[in-house]
Amino acid sequence: MTLYREDAVVLRSYKLGEADRIIVLYTRTRGKTRAVAKGIRRTKSKFGARLEPSTVVHAQLYEGRNLDIVTQVETRQVHASFRRDLMRYGRAAILLEAVDLASEEAEPSPALFKLLTGALRELDRAGNPLIVPAFVAKLLKLEGVQPMLEACVECSRSDGLVSLDLSRGGVLCDRCRSGGFMSAGARVAMQHVFEGHVRHVLDTTENSVAEELQSLSSIMLDQHFERRLRSSRVAYEHLS
Amino acid sequence: MTSYAKPVEVLIDELGRLPGIGPKSAQRIAFHLLKVDRIDSDRLANAIVDLKDKISFCERCFNVSEGEECTICIDPRRNQAVLCVVEEPKDISAIEKTGAYHGRYHVLLGVINPLEGVGPDQIKIRELAHRVAAESITEVILCTNPNLEGETTAAFIANKILKPFEIKVTRLASGLPVGGDLEYADELTLGRALEGRQTL
Ligand SMILES: [Zn+2]
Ligand SMILES: [Zn+2]
Repeated sequence: MTLYREDAVVLRSYKLGEADRIIVLYTRTRGKTRAVAKGIRRTKSKFGARLEPSTVVHAQLYEGRNLDIVTQVETRQVHASFRRDLMRYGRAAILLEAVDLASEEAEPSPALFKLLTGALRELDRAGNPLIVPAFVAKLLKLEGVQPMLEACVECSRSDGLVSLDLSRGGVLCDRCRSGGFMSAGARVAMQHVFEGHVRHVLDTTENSVAEELQSLSSIMLDQHFERRLRSSRVAYEHLS
Repeated sequence: MTSYAKPVEVLIDELGRLPGIGPKSAQRIAFHLLKVDRIDSDRLANAIVDLKDKISFCERCFNVSEGEECTICIDPRRNQAVLCVVEEPKDISAIEKTGAYHGRYHVLLGVINPLEGVGPDQIKIRELAHRVAAESITEVILCTNPNLEGETTAAFIANKILKPFEIKVTRLASGLPVGGDLEYADELTLGRALEGRQTL
C-alpha cells in the first residue's frame, strides 16, 4: 500500500455504510480522486468539519484497491461565509459541480485546481455574483471551448447580435437567432471575461448585466455538459 | 446490466435508489432475494407495504405518526410555545433521549443541499413559516446537523424565513465533543467553542 499527500478541494461526498463517507476530491496533481473517510459521521471523528464540500485541504491518503483511504487531513482554506449565506454556498456549489462534471479520475489539471481554489476564495471574500460567470468562461477555455462573441456565427454580421447559443458556437444575430437572449452589455462583458479582464468586469458591471451574465453562464454550463446542473437550479431558481 | 431478465433489472434499479446502496450492492441484494425462500421475501415485501399503510407523517410537524397528528403534537404537557426544528424524524428520538427538551418539533424532512439539487421549496420550510404564523410560538430552536448543509439551512431559516416574526431564534450550541482531546479538534469546531465559551 502506497501512501501519498495531496492538496485537494472537497467537491462532494456520499454517505457510505453506518458512519463513513466517500469523499470526492479534486487534487492538485492527480485530478479527481475518490477516497473513503472512515468514521467521519461520528461526532468524535478526527476529521471534524475538514472534509466538507468546498474546503481546501492537505490530505494524506492510502492507495487502496478500489477506493483510496483518507488517513490525515489539514485545513488549507475554509470558507466561513458559505455557512452563513446559502446564496454564496449555492454559487460555490455550481463551481464544485462543474469541476466534478469536467474532470475524470486520474486526469490531472493543475490549472483547473488553481482556478477552482481561486474562485472559491474570491467568492468567500467578496461574494460577487460575477465570480460564477468568470469561472465558467475560464473553465470553458480550459475545456477548449471559446465561443465566438464578435459576430454572428451563422452569417458573420456584427450588428443586431441578440442571442448566445453554445451548441452553435457563439452569438447570433436577430435573423439567425437561437439559444438565450443576450444584451449588448452582457456580450461586451462576456468578451472581456473571455479575454481575461475579469477584474475589470467585476468592478464595472451593473447589476442588471450581472444577473444576465449569471443566467447566461448557467445556460452555457448546461449546454456544455448537456444537462441541467443541480446546483444552478437551486441557486438561481429558488434563492434569488 | 441489459442481460438480466426484466424483473431482476427492475429490482436492481429500485434497490439502487435506496440510500447507501450502490449498483454493486443492489445487484448482490437482488440475487440474494432470488435465492431465499418465498416466505422470507414475502415477509420483507409485507413489512414495506405495512410501513406505508400504517405509518405516515404527522400533519402538523412531519414526525412519523400512526394517526393524523403524532404523539408529541397531541400531548398537552408539551410546551406549545417552543419549536425545535430538525432534519429527520430520527433526530427527534435522539433529542427525546436527553430528557432535556419539553417543547414540540418541526421536521424538515431533509436539508437544503444545492449539490443534490435540493432547494428550500423541496423541504418543509414553507410549512414551518405557516406554523409560526398560526400557532403562538415564542421560540424556535434550529437543531439541524452541525455540517455545511445543516448550517446553511439554519442560517436561511433564521435570516430569510423567521426574521419578520420577531420571535426568539436559537441554534444548537456547537463546541468540543465531551470526552475528546483538544488537539484533535478541527479549526472550525475549536473556533466555535471559543466563541461560545462560558463563565465558570
Ligand atoms: Zn446571422
Ligand atoms: Zn407532530
